[in-house]
Formats: sequence, structure tokens, C-alpha cells
Amino acid sequence: MRLPLPPIVIYALRRLLQAVPVIILIMIGTFLLLKLAPGDTVDALVGDMGGADADFIARLRQEYGLDQPVYVQLWVYMTKLATFDFGWSFVYEQPVATVLWDRLGTTLLLMATSLSLAFTIGIALGAIAARRAYSLTDNVISTLGLVFYATPSFFLSLMMMLLFSVKLGWLPVGGIKTIAGFYTGWDHVVDVARHLVMPTAALSLIYLSFYLRLMRASVMEVADLDYVRTARAKGASESRLMIHHIMRNALLPVITLLGLQFSTVLGGSVVVETIFTLPGLGSLAYQSVVQRDMNTLMGIIFLCSIIVVVVNFLTDLLYARLDSRIELT
Amino acid sequence: MKTGLKKMSLALAGVAAMGAGAAVEAQEVKKGGTAIIHMISEQRTLNPALRASTGVYNISGKIVEPLIDRSYEGYEPVLATEWSTSEDGLAITIKLREGVNWHDGEAFACDDVAFTAMEMWKPLLNYSSALQSNLESVDCTDDHTAVFNYSKPMPLALFVAAMPDLGHPMPKHLYEGTDILNNPYNTAPVGTGPFKFVEYERGQYVMAVKNEDYWREGFPYLDRIVWRFIKDKSAAAAALEAGEVHESGFIGVSMADVERLSRDDRFDVGTKGYENNVAHSTVEFNHRNPILADVKVRQAMAHGLNIDYAIETIMRGFAEPGRGPVPKAGGMNYTDDVRMYEYDVEKAKAMLDEAGYPAGDDGIRFKLRHRPAPWGEYTQLWGEYFAQAMKEIGIDVEILTNDAPGFLNGVYRDHDFDTANGWHQFRSDPAVSTMVWLRSGQPEGTPWTNQFGWVNEEIDQMIDDAASELDPDKRAAMYHEIQRKNQEILPVMFAIEHPFISVTNKKLMNHHNTPRWNSSSWYDLWLDE
Repeated sequence: MRLPLPPIVIYALRRLLQAVPVIILIMIGTFLLLKLAPGDTVDALVGDMGGADADFIARLRQEYGLDQPVYVQLWVYMTKLATFDFGWSFVYEQPVATVLWDRLGTTLLLMATSLSLAFTIGIALGAIAARRAYSLTDNVISTLGLVFYATPSFFLSLMMMLLFSVKLGWLPVGGIKTIAGFYTGWDHVVDVARHLVMPTAALSLIYLSFYLRLMRASVMEVADLDYVRTARAKGASESRLMIHHIMRNALLPVITLLGLQFSTVLGGSVVVETIFTLPGLGSLAYQSVVQRDMNTLMGIIFLCSIIVVVVNFLTDLLYARLDSRIELT
Repeated sequence: MKTGLKKMSLALAGVAAMGAGAAVEAQEVKKGGTAIIHMISEQRTLNPALRASTGVYNISGKIVEPLIDRSYEGYEPVLATEWSTSEDGLAITIKLREGVNWHDGEAFACDDVAFTAMEMWKPLLNYSSALQSNLESVDCTDDHTAVFNYSKPMPLALFVAAMPDLGHPMPKHLYEGTDILNNPYNTAPVGTGPFKFVEYERGQYVMAVKNEDYWREGFPYLDRIVWRFIKDKSAAAAALEAGEVHESGFIGVSMADVERLSRDDRFDVGTKGYENNVAHSTVEFNHRNPILADVKVRQAMAHGLNIDYAIETIMRGFAEPGRGPVPKAGGMNYTDDVRMYEYDVEKAKAMLDEAGYPAGDDGIRFKLRHRPAPWGEYTQLWGEYFAQAMKEIGIDVEILTNDAPGFLNGVYRDHDFDTANGWHQFRSDPAVSTMVWLRSGQPEGTPWTNQFGWVNEEIDQMIDDAASELDPDKRAAMYHEIQRKNQEILPVMFAIEHPFISVTNKKLMNHHNTPRWNSSSWYDLWLDE
């Protein structure tokens, strides 16, 4: 019996079904792993407070449901999750869904701008370097790539902060907006953009070096293949050759990397978000670990696993589009 | 009237400037502006009647006022105007300020105090639940007179000393009949203070604006206060330098930056304004370990520590040697007539030999597992210095690195350590702070209490007697004796006594002019720009 659906939809449905047990396993595994860490959120809270008496601590544990055995806690959590109820964050005193939603925008904005900048500039520079391999241009580009690659993002962030905020006073040190500025409309947009310049630059320079190096290697490899020589013999111009014949094939490994990196989008910017105090998911995840805020952390991991599944699916679709020999089955 | 006020504020500014020891001339107060304050960590609650913590006071102190505050001259009436005690110490009478309104317009009255005392201070507030355990009831003889009734004598001096931290009334009409711990006003506090809460944007900032209806006429000067959360200490230092943040308290930047910014004439860097927030860097022993239960061994270890060196290198000079459980800021309860342990490696080695722990072939006498508290840079460094210094006298100290929950469980619940180090704050009176390190019988697992397996009935008795002694002089003598005893047998080593450090932009005027400034109301703070 065949369903009268286009193959792409069947493929998507099948992938979706496969994803469910994967996500459930991830959630159970993470829950148990987190329970192995010494101490719980009450310990973290008491640490923040500078002390409390035993009754106070026992009452909090009871209130947070931490006095139950682990399997009961797990069961309670999983049944709630099945209805997409992420629970309550005891650190932020808000529903986890609200906490995540507030942070998601900042992280997506930061990561989308950084990755797209890194991707476009990276492949462009990589392609140029490959076409002029071993020339001065190539050496300059490759050296820059190496420098960006080797610079830790916290160092890059702090140095930029020192130069552009402390010495020159051009850009704000951190945060997502000028707090007592009360900007509206376009002023607000400009204000946010100014706050995002340095974090975006810090993040994208690192990613840029990945794409640059990979693209350069990939283009050089493809450029030597037979079909390129054939195309050239048939009189294709250099630009047509580059765009239609070389780039399209050279992009495959770069797309794989993009897919992989996009999966780490939510967690990948912990350092940059923390240094620039951007209220994003990366800094939230870090805080949640320190505070043992189980519900929030599980919520972030759930969101991450969904993004990984979706991005993997999109990457596969993109493969098929770029290389028609690949079939989706 | 207007000129009178101005004169008064000029005088105030002058006093503050002289107090700060800086050569600032009294200048005309400028009104308005936004002060921006650095905070390292987020706060789960902003209700100071539910959580005694400087992190909470740093924000809520401007919004919610205590009955009594502390100034350099002594205890200062805030919401209470007078206090007295009955002969037998069983009833403390407080006169309350009249004509004060909550930020929502309701009048502040004795009902609020009685409600908060019985529903929050006694059952729910950390440290306070021990202090108020004998509180039976609070009677309102009229709208502005509250009588606290105790079942055992309560020394008035102890009560008053505790009030700046543990005496914040909250509005009864917003809490009565609700689930107090989950009341939404816990993160959006309504108080009587000079600033009104506006919003708490998680992960970013808290904002408060001027209370136009404030009871101190003509105050506050500022329009607005913003607290910015910056987790990264280097980024916080950059924000201070870029002028985006005006003050960072409680050692909110790294010690290297503290030292660097102290040479920068845009900033005031120092420990002034923390006299009431003094802490001890400690070495804690697990007396369940028979080696450490030997007093000779503990004394030898004290001789092995070069405290002056640690103060110079780790604390950059902003500290002094500790002299037992009461710091210098403890007032009359403090004495410096105690035994001190000079740095002497040879003496330490000789004492260990004598105690029956000679060095083995590899130079090691015995091994210890040490847990350093993860409370910031200088605490970690103090732990590392301790390990190095012990190596010198033949004790091999293995450091077990852990994060906050790991440390608290490892030391205070599982007792899985030989030695530990951390810092502990002294809260105005030994009865509500450092005595819990020495008193045995603390419930298992309670952080920052005697979980060290240390039992000494003589000291226990002295602690209990001092807590209910009504004569201040006798009481002070008892604490002197406890200090001497502690320094003699070292159940806990209160090695270094240090206030916290603030980095403050000089544009802020009248800053750090009280001994618990970061927790105080800042009604007279203004911005020179």
C-alpha cells in the first residue's frame, strides 16, 4: 500500500518518527547525568545566600520536589514534557518556557548574523585564495585565517573590548541595549545593532577561519578534476567555470561543516555571551549548570536536540539539491 | 525651608567627603541622573525578609528599609525611632516612624512589623530563625508601637545589632493570606525606601526610580538606579573603565584589576564602607581525622602559614591577620589580647615531630585532602597557598577542586574532607554569625556551621551563656574569653580578616559613607555629571 504523498513528505515523516526515540533517549540520559553531579539547586541557592538553617533547606527541597527518589522525579518530568510543559525554573521564578523564549531571540540573532557573515566571507575568501594558490594574496588570506583560527574567542572579545570600548569609546562594553536609554523604533534597532557589533565579530572571525580553510582546500581539489578540464576545453569562461562547475561541488564539505556548526548554535556562544553579557541561551546554560537549575537546563537540551534533528534534515535536503546523484530515501 | 535643606545637604556632603579622607571640597549637590551598579550574580529573590544575603541587600536595600541602620556614629533610626527593653529582657519595645507610606500608597504601621516578624523573620529568614527562635509574639499597643515578647531574655544590643540585616518589615496587605515564598512581590519588592522598584529583566538588569513620596524630605537625589549583571570580571573592569558602570562592590573585579584601577585617578578603590561586612578567610579542620584532632598538629600548621605574605600577594594588602571569631569591626566584643602564631617553619616541624608525626624518607609526614571553596579568585588562591605552605613543613595536601554545590555537600553534608578553606562573613554580632562555627550540635548538612566534628562542652556553654547575657560588658568579656580559647586550641583557623573591596567612579558623591554602604539605602547618593 502506498500513500499518495510526494516522496519528500514521506521522507520527512520517516525522519520525524526516527527522531522521537532519539530525543527521548537524550532527555533520559541527560537527566540521569545531571543527577550524578554533586549537589542540587538548593545547595547552589544556599551557597549564594551565605548560609541557611536545616529546616529552611529541608522545606525548599520539599517545595522543589527534590525529596523524591530520582526515578519518580524523572517520571514526573517526562510526563510533563510529553505535553510540552517544561516546568518551573526555581532560579528565575518563571516558567522555563518563558525563560527560554526570552533568551532564544538574542541567541538566534547573534548566531544567524555570525554564521551567515562567516559563511559568505569565508567561502569567498577561500575561493579567491584557492584560485591564486601560493601567491601573495593566498598567503595573506591563509595567514589571517590561521591567526583567527588560533585566537581563543575570550581573548579576541576582551581585546576588542579594550580597544573599541575602553580606549576609543566607540562601542558599548556589553549588554543587548542601553539600559536607561529608553529608545524606541529605529533608535532601538540601531542601539541593539551597536551592542551586537563586537560579539558578532568575535564569533564570526572564528567560524570564518573554518570555512576559509575548508573552502580553499576543497576548491583546489575540485579544480584539478577531469570535468573541470573538460569544461575549460569546451571554452567555458573562468567565471562560469568557477561558479557552475567548481564552487557547486566544492561546497559539499563546507555545507557539512555548516550543518554541524549550526547544531551547536545554541551552546556555541557561551563564552562570547558571558563576556558581553548578552542574555542568550549560552550564558543561560552555563548559569543553569552552576545553579543546578535542572528544569531550565533540560529545556535547553530539549531545544538543542530538536534543532540538531531539524538541521540534519535540512542539510540532507541541501545535499540532494547541490549534488543530484544523492537521493533521499 | 528650601535654603535650609540645601545647607543641610552641603553639610552632609562635607562630612562624607571628610570621612572618606579625600580632599574633596563641599560642592553643590546635583540632582537627577542614573547610577549604574555592577552585580556579579543574579538574585533569585529581592525580599530581604526572606533571604539574608548581601547580594539581596545590594539591590533591595534601596527599595525596602530596615527598622534600624548602621552609621559610623552608631545605630541610626530608620523605620524605628526609639527602642528599649524591659528589666528582665523579655520584652523589647520599638517606636515606629509615623507618616511613612509603602510605595503603593498604603500607610506603614505596626501591623506590618508584627506580621513580618512572626511570618517571615521567625520561621523563614536564614540566620534570623535562630535569632528569633524565642520570639513568642509581637503586640501592637498602638499603630506605631511594637512590643516583641520573648520566652528567654533577649539582649537589646544583640537585637539592635541584628536589625540592619535581619529587620526589614514587608507590607502585610500584600502578603497576608498568600503563599509567602511564592508571592510575586518577592521579585518585585514594595517597600518604603527612597527608590521604587521598576523591573527585573533576567540576565540583564534591575531598575528602580526615585520615590517622590519619600519620608526624608528632599531626598533622594538620584532619579534612577540600575544594577547590571556582568558575570565576567574582566568585562566588568572594562565597563567601569568605559564609564558604563559607576560602582562594583564585594570584590566584583579580579584582584589584578583591583590593584590596577587603584592607581587610576578616575576611581576610588578601597575597603571603606564594608566595616560591617567583614569576612574571615579560614582553614577548617575535620576533627574526625585523628591527626587533626591533635591540638599540637593544628598549632604547628598555624606556625607554617605566612599570613603576612598571603595578605600581600593574594589580598594585595587589603586585609589583616585574623584574631579569632570576632573581627576588629566587632566593636566591644573584640579583643586583640589573643595568642598569635608567628611564621616559623622550623618550629612547626619541631612541633609535628613532637606530636609523633616524623617526616618519612620522602619528607612527607602525612597526607591531607583539602577542599577549597569556589567563592572567587582569592579564596581559591588562599587554598592553593595553604597547600604549598603545608608542603614546606612536610604535609602533603591534595586539592580537590569542586563547584559550589559540590563543595557544600563535600564539606558540610558528607564530611568528605580533611581540611577546607572558605570565607565567612561576620554579621555585626558573634551570636548571629561566627559562633555557629564553634557550637556543636548543629543539624547535619547545614552549610557554614560546625560540621567539623568539633565538640567542646566548655565552649558550647560559654556560647549559650553569652547569647542571653543582658549586661553588655559581661557579654563582651565572655566573647573575649571565647576568642582567646579559640586562638589557643584552633578548632577553626580564622586566618585572615578582610573587608570587601569596591571600585567606585569618582563621579559618584557620598559613596561608602556608612559601614554597610552597599546594603544601605543610598538616599544621599548623587552623581556629579
